[in-house]
Amino acid sequence: MSEDKIINESGIEVKALYTQEDVDSSGGVEMVGLPGQYPFTRGIHKEMYRKRPWTMRQYTGFANAKDTNERFHYLIENGQTGLNVAFDLPTQTGLDTDDSMAEGEVGRVGMAVDTLRDFEIAFDGIDLEKITVSLTINGSAAILIAMYLAMAEKRGYDVAKLRGTAQNDILKEFIGRGTWIFPVEPSIKLVGDTIEYCAKNAPKYSPVSVCGYHIRESGATPEQEMAYAFCIAKAYADDMLKRGLHIDEFAGRLSYNFNIFGNLFEQVAKFRAGRGLWAKIIKEEYGAKDPKSMWLRMIAAGGGGGLTIEQPENNIVRGAYYALISALSGAQTMALCCYDEAYTIPSEYAQRISLRTMQMLIEEMGMCETVDPLAGSYYVETMTNNMRKKMEETMAEVEAEGGIVKMVEEGTIQSKVSAQAYEMQKDIQSGAFPKVGVNCYQTDEEENEVEFHPYDTRDADQQVENLNAVKAARDQAEVDRTLAQVKADAEADRNVMPAIVEAVKAYATVGEITKKLVEVYGTYQEPIRF
Amino acid sequence: MSENKIRVLMGKPGLDGHDHGAKVVVRAMMEAGFEVIYTGLRKTPRQIAEAASESNVDVIGLSSMAGSHIPFCQKLKPLLKEYDLEDKLWIIGGNVPTKDHEQLKGMGLDAIFPTGSHFDDIIDYIKSRYRQLA
Repeated sequence: MSEDKIINESGIEVKALYTQEDVDSSGGVEMVGLPGQYPFTRGIHKEMYRKRPWTMRQYTGFANAKDTNERFHYLIENGQTGLNVAFDLPTQTGLDTDDSMAEGEVGRVGMAVDTLRDFEIAFDGIDLEKITVSLTINGSAAILIAMYLAMAEKRGYDVAKLRGTAQNDILKEFIGRGTWIFPVEPSIKLVGDTIEYCAKNAPKYSPVSVCGYHIRESGATPEQEMAYAFCIAKAYADDMLKRGLHIDEFAGRLSYNFNIFGNLFEQVAKFRAGRGLWAKIIKEEYGAKDPKSMWLRMIAAGGGGGLTIEQPENNIVRGAYYALISALSGAQTMALCCYDEAYTIPSEYAQRISLRTMQMLIEEMGMCETVDPLAGSYYVETMTNNMRKKMEETMAEVEAEGGIVKMVEEGTIQSKVSAQAYEMQKDIQSGAFPKVGVNCYQTDEEENEVEFHPYDTRDADQQVENLNAVKAARDQAEVDRTLAQVKADAEADRNVMPAIVEAVKAYATVGEITKKLVEVYGTYQEPIRF
Repeated sequence: MSENKIRVLMGKPGLDGHDHGAKVVVRAMMEAGFEVIYTGLRKTPRQIAEAASESNVDVIGLSSMAGSHIPFCQKLKPLLKEYDLEDKLWIIGGNVPTKDHEQLKGMGLDAIFPTGSHFDDIIDYIKSRYRQLA
């Protein structure tokens, strides 16, 4: 057994023992440095959690704005420090509740949003200065960011000071997750419009959270997760440079969303390596001067891909390990998939357990006292160096194949990660890749059933009624005027964000605005290749 | 002696974008020698029935991860009749909880393969049923 080679998921050999020699031969400590200083491998802030623990932001949303608002208040009362909003699939794909394609899907996997009115209800009574909000929205992100800014402005907040995040990473939607709407090129243009608009009007708002998370869920290895995310972030950055912005005008507001499951040390090394590499790219390739531009700010979240249908309570323990990894990795924000999430929308009870898991690390385990506590471990430093090299190699491979945008358009990256997912699934089924409760330590006992989140079709009917009431009360001439402006700006290749903000303020719907954009941009045709 | 290849349509119904499961099952079926047509994401019931009819498949597979399998299958059922596909094997996989199995079987689903099902079980089932039908 001890003579067998052990290779981690990223393809790096793991030795039985590490010494200073391994650190030196893997590249030394040149990229380590100190927290809060370039290259930020040890953390983007000097004091990290000592000054402020990570933000806790469970993914939440179901049915309608009213029910979701109640859950938001429950989580905040239980010590949650941020919100992460889940939207239903019609909202995510730019359809209104009354669209025929939306039938059976309204409010099912997240909250339904048709107009600004839904945002007003969803965030009612929530202090947007204390609680920062993350919108998990991509295809229709430009519209929902506009709604968020309009809602905040209506409530009297200064948009120029407003904090918050939108996922808004469309390139990864083509690889995994699948809530694309427009073809690849105009999709990138829309992301660019939001970055440019926020840089000028809402400079504290983070308009993009580049996601390695879903690429990993789709079959990427940990090092590919980081490398592909960096390639995607560079594609957005390059678009900004073409628009004439300087890197320091927007890079500081780019953030990341990464996944945690698998080998603990590989995961910690992944994040430390990624931080150093991103800082180096932004400084050396893009010539950034502002250290904030070089920060890899991230939500590092316990991934659904690691959880199991079998013996669901085991997922509580997995979640705790994932949270520990996230804390050891210096994440800014943490979220955990809940133990019942392989089955259903999490219950309040399951959400609270996830929240308590993170709070235990803060209050009981001393995770906030010392910065980057694994630094200096021969193993961790060597693995950090090795992971960074792997990521650089993978990024070079993407470049050699014509770049991430071309690979996404042609479907080659989708095919590559899906082939890997297949091999991994075969290894899980054969037992070659151990998974507790799945291919080892199974039990014949009857599994405890989780409680299913109820889906009430009357919620969808109510949402249609609400939509009709908003439509009846709004100034239709203003809606028509603003929608025409959205189309005109899209046709003229201008930034569409100012027009979208005006349209949402006039209570134009997600579907109406999307249709105007589709008239100009068309819709994405998925390349099918295996 | 050459055997005709079993033809399968793998459909992604509705707005659900989670295609990891569908794609790995497609690969397993291809490796098992099946001819597989994958629809890609976001197909309506009619698009799936049309594709199954045009491609003259033996098996109609659906992959559902986002919970709308029952309303979707309810809409697909009359279309299977309309397109004369009622004699085809109709199977579904993904996040399909046990509590829904009876209702789905009642609608005419031949088999349900929830998350965690083994490729071998899916392929063996299709092969044995195909032999019965042939």
